[in-house]
Amino acid sequence: MSIFFGNLSLSALPHEWFTIGGTVSMILMGLGVAAFLTYTKRWKWLWTEWLTACDPKKIGIMYILVASVMLFRGALDAAMIWLQQSLSVGASHGYLDAGHFQQIFTAHGDIMVFFVTMGFLFGLINLIVPLQIGARDLAFPFLNSLGFWLYLAGAILINLFFVFGGEFAATGWLSLPPLSELAYSPGVGVDYWVWSLQVSGIGTLIGGINFIVTILKMRAPGMTLLKMPMFTWTSLISMILVVCVFPILTVTITLLWLDRYFGMHFFTSSFGGNPMMYVNLIWMWGHPEVYILILPAFGIYSEVVATFSQKKLFGYVSMVIAALLVAGLAVLVWLHHFFTMGAGADVNAFFGITTMFIAIPTGVQIYNWLSTMYRGKITFSQPMHWFLGYVATFTFGGMAGVLMASPAADYQLHNSLFLVAHFHTMVIGGALFGIFAGITYWFPKVTGFKLNERLGKLAFWFWIVGFFVSFVPLYILGFMGATRRLDHYDASLGWQPLFITAGVGLVIISFGVALQVWQIVMSFISRKQNLDITGDPWNGRTLEWSTPSPPPAYNFAIIPTVTDRDAFWEMKQRINTDTETDKHGYTDIHMPKNTGMGIYLAGFVFIFGFAMVWHIVWLAIVSLIGCVVCIIIRSLDDEVEYTLPAAEVEKMEKLKTGYL
Amino acid sequence: MKPKYKFVILTILFSLIAFFLLWLTKNSNIAVLNPKGLIAASERRVIVTSLLLMLLAVVPALTMLFLFAYRFRASNPKNNYNPNYSLDSRMQILWWGLPIAVILVLAVLTFKSVHQLDPFKALNSPNRPLTIQVVALNWKWLFIYPEQNIATVNFIQIPQKTPIHFELTADAPMNLFWVPQLGGQMSAMQGMSTQLNLMANEAGEYNGSASEINGKGLAGMRFVVKAASQEDFNSWAQSVKNSSKPLSLETYSKLAEPSENNPKALYSSVESDLFKSVMMKYMSGEPEKSE
Amino acid sequence: MPEIHHDTTEKVSFGFWVYLMTDLIMFAVLFAAFAVLRGNTFGGPSGAQLFSLPFALTETLILLTSSFTCGLAMVFAHRNDKNKVTALFTITSLLGTAFLAMEFTEFHRLILEGNGPQRSAFLSSFFTLVGTHGLHIAVGLLWIIVLIVKIWKTNLTSANIRRLTCLSLFWHFLDLVWIFIFTIVYLMGTI
Repeated sequence: MSIFFGNLSLSALPHEWFTIGGTVSMILMGLGVAAFLTYTKRWKWLWTEWLTACDPKKIGIMYILVASVMLFRGALDAAMIWLQQSLSVGASHGYLDAGHFQQIFTAHGDIMVFFVTMGFLFGLINLIVPLQIGARDLAFPFLNSLGFWLYLAGAILINLFFVFGGEFAATGWLSLPPLSELAYSPGVGVDYWVWSLQVSGIGTLIGGINFIVTILKMRAPGMTLLKMPMFTWTSLISMILVVCVFPILTVTITLLWLDRYFGMHFFTSSFGGNPMMYVNLIWMWGHPEVYILILPAFGIYSEVVATFSQKKLFGYVSMVIAALLVAGLAVLVWLHHFFTMGAGADVNAFFGITTMFIAIPTGVQIYNWLSTMYRGKITFSQPMHWFLGYVATFTFGGMAGVLMASPAADYQLHNSLFLVAHFHTMVIGGALFGIFAGITYWFPKVTGFKLNERLGKLAFWFWIVGFFVSFVPLYILGFMGATRRLDHYDASLGWQPLFITAGVGLVIISFGVALQVWQIVMSFISRKQNLDITGDPWNGRTLEWSTPSPPPAYNFAIIPTVTDRDAFWEMKQRINTDTETDKHGYTDIHMPKNTGMGIYLAGFVFIFGFAMVWHIVWLAIVSLIGCVVCIIIRSLDDEVEYTLPAAEVEKMEKLKTGYL
Repeated sequence: MKPKYKFVILTILFSLIAFFLLWLTKNSNIAVLNPKGLIAASERRVIVTSLLLMLLAVVPALTMLFLFAYRFRASNPKNNYNPNYSLDSRMQILWWGLPIAVILVLAVLTFKSVHQLDPFKALNSPNRPLTIQVVALNWKWLFIYPEQNIATVNFIQIPQKTPIHFELTADAPMNLFWVPQLGGQMSAMQGMSTQLNLMANEAGEYNGSASEINGKGLAGMRFVVKAASQEDFNSWAQSVKNSSKPLSLETYSKLAEPSENNPKALYSSVESDLFKSVMMKYMSGEPEKSE
Repeated sequence: MPEIHHDTTEKVSFGFWVYLMTDLIMFAVLFAAFAVLRGNTFGGPSGAQLFSLPFALTETLILLTSSFTCGLAMVFAHRNDKNKVTALFTITSLLGTAFLAMEFTEFHRLILEGNGPQRSAFLSSFFTLVGTHGLHIAVGLLWIIVLIVKIWKTNLTSANIRRLTCLSLFWHFLDLVWIFIFTIVYLMGTI
């Protein structure tokens, strides 16, 4: 171990086909972006307009862009997993050895949860929540920027092993000890896992605090808690869960790191360590995490169903209670992830039955959506398609979930492909379809033009058919006794046709993804014809639709006063349209200044993580000092806002009206 | 396209997919649904009952979904849309009541089944139970028969219709022991002993596997459980005793070293209290290097 | 309508409370880990053999006094008495330094005796729990110094009082956590 490079040596540089491939494609991507920016002379624009932005609308878009890139990375992993499992039968051992195969599914899981689903959700929450509550920005705009950059730093760290080390954790997405301890995983893979999750997890935690304060303290006058739109409600509940459980993740993986770095014995198999404690702690975070992902999606569906049925959401209070119950129960059920670890029958029964209770509020939500549709005027735009797809998949996934909540059934289904199919149904059918519904729903608001409907619906059909073709075989394989994470199996078991079918499903899904990309490209090209001039393309109900598309940086020139649920819908119903402008006139608006500090700080954190992975002590100390200096400078800065004078606001608003 | 045709096309498409998938499974053994053991059969009953019960809440939901989507579509000329119409809020009683009722019934069944199928609970049978000690190693299973004083690797022979009492531990990262046709899974962990009680109802060979990730040899940790008559078992045990390879401490520590895709192996005798000393290795206060 | 500036204090203090709750959860996990592992000495010494109650009690008194001086400083901050605020925070930081020095001495002694965090799971959890608290104290000390300098340069502006309020919340919070550490680790460990 050298003082200067720590454990890093030349042998850590890429020398296998997949690390070389990863490195080259990362370099090519970077060069491509750089060339484009240089050619279009947009470096400065990128820095001043985007990278240093504290505007949640811009940060939201950046979240979604990064999440999309990570989605492709995760999907590539999925394809590699499928290819191996289709090929590696009997005498053939496929194209991957077990170690690499295990690294791929570990990366696949972590990327899809931490960097795809979380990224999309934070993006949507950033874009929409301030607009829905009639706020101009977030409570702490700088922390929001920092949260994003930490998320990106984590995303880069999880890919950095391609370049340095060539090895990711081969331990499953939660890296359970003792397998993840130094004794069994001596390489840097688990260290990359620890630091990418740690860095992005802290970003999530910061975001959670920020949104709680924003939603609780910055709502437009008159918007009481029970007048908040459902998406804001579920985002709030999701963020409360974040604040409650992400500290557990932070500490748990820190303890694992202490074991690995300093030879401590929290989770080692000897010296009195207790691996079971890790399993408990990680699932105390891990189970609520699932609901952190799914709750905002529930909110999106509520908005979509009400809007496209052109009716008030049925059972609003009941929906809020249901969402709160889901969150409350979510923190009480973690043990159902390890019924098979020999806890007593009473303990298993308690956790099993509590888990089943979650199905009650979830079911109530679905019935309420159906009641909203009842006697509505339903337009089947893309978001509504995704909603229908969600109900169709999620009810089956939910059944599978309740089934496994019964410990006696779980003994037979745990860690089988049935489980894998179940949680993919929940995360894809629940969270991802919700995200797609949200993106297609709010796309015109954010960009100012509408998406091509025909291509979007076609993409939906590929997705839904591909989804069933892909995951129903996994349910069946689970019943056949196929366990998860197998890099090889016997031909005599007869599993191969089903694995291949699952792969065909994946191909169908990728057509869906390709169509989605094509849809965005086509819609962008023909955006002039599809401009959303009114700012209210769907005859919406909530405040975000009262702003122009895209909204100005300050969102609302005049903060609206809310008197009802579905605030904008009610405003539209009121005939006396003497505009609020005349009543109050414009006032000065205080806006957060752009700052690069988020990038600098996250950059130092990134370097710190890298130094920790490779045990480069001096670099860790230097980057830590860098972090501290950045925090001090920023926290003592008194000039973080600028003022937009009322006259300027009036000019900008007049310009908009004139343009209309 | 008219919504009606769309619906027909979709129904045909999804039915075709379903039939195709069924056809694919025609030559394979759907182990969990084809139990050959007492426990596995009860567990299948739990699975099937739970699924049927849940359909009580799910079928109405899905029916309403497609019905409402069709009936209340904007393009339907018969649509009697009213933006201010809302269902009677007393409907909430039904919307909460239905899932609560289903889940309560399920909860009662679950409470019963989890106690009845507690893996630690000894099985009722006129036949004397056979104890097998299981040690999860990297990457193979060691099975010790303390009463017969023999041991095997990646192979279990048992008498049918006799309760088998498994005691499990690990000398490697934790693992899960699973023979789907006989019953559910149980963890094997270092420094701990867990228990699993199973019984084969009929003779046959059943696949077993490891289902917790524990390193690169995971996929090769498959084993076969052969259930046959008591006489067969006795003569098999005797033949193993007569073979030449004993499992001494030395052989054991060699066996415990990581190796992949181990073939079946038989040991004529076992170092006394091997299982216990494997377990104690992780609990003793003596400072000793873990691997 | 200067609503935004008025709101800042409220938002910051509410946000800081939420942050403190997350920190509390982190400590709760460390306490839980300690509770699970306290008996797992693996043949090594237990708390009763290692800890000195009078020593820990002295640490507690020092920290309690520092919390008192910190609270007093906040009273004077609201009276806009810059000199007293600076003096009291200086005393607070000196007491904090003394506490940290004592903790360092204890850790140093244990490690020299061969009872470092690698010795057993019990000692791992002890060092981590107490050390995390110590790390927080160190951060607090740095924060105090930075704010003293800032106040000297820019006076007790409303923004600075807001910063001091967060700092004092943080310091009292650490005091509270220490009371738990003293009770659960030292008191229950030695009796």
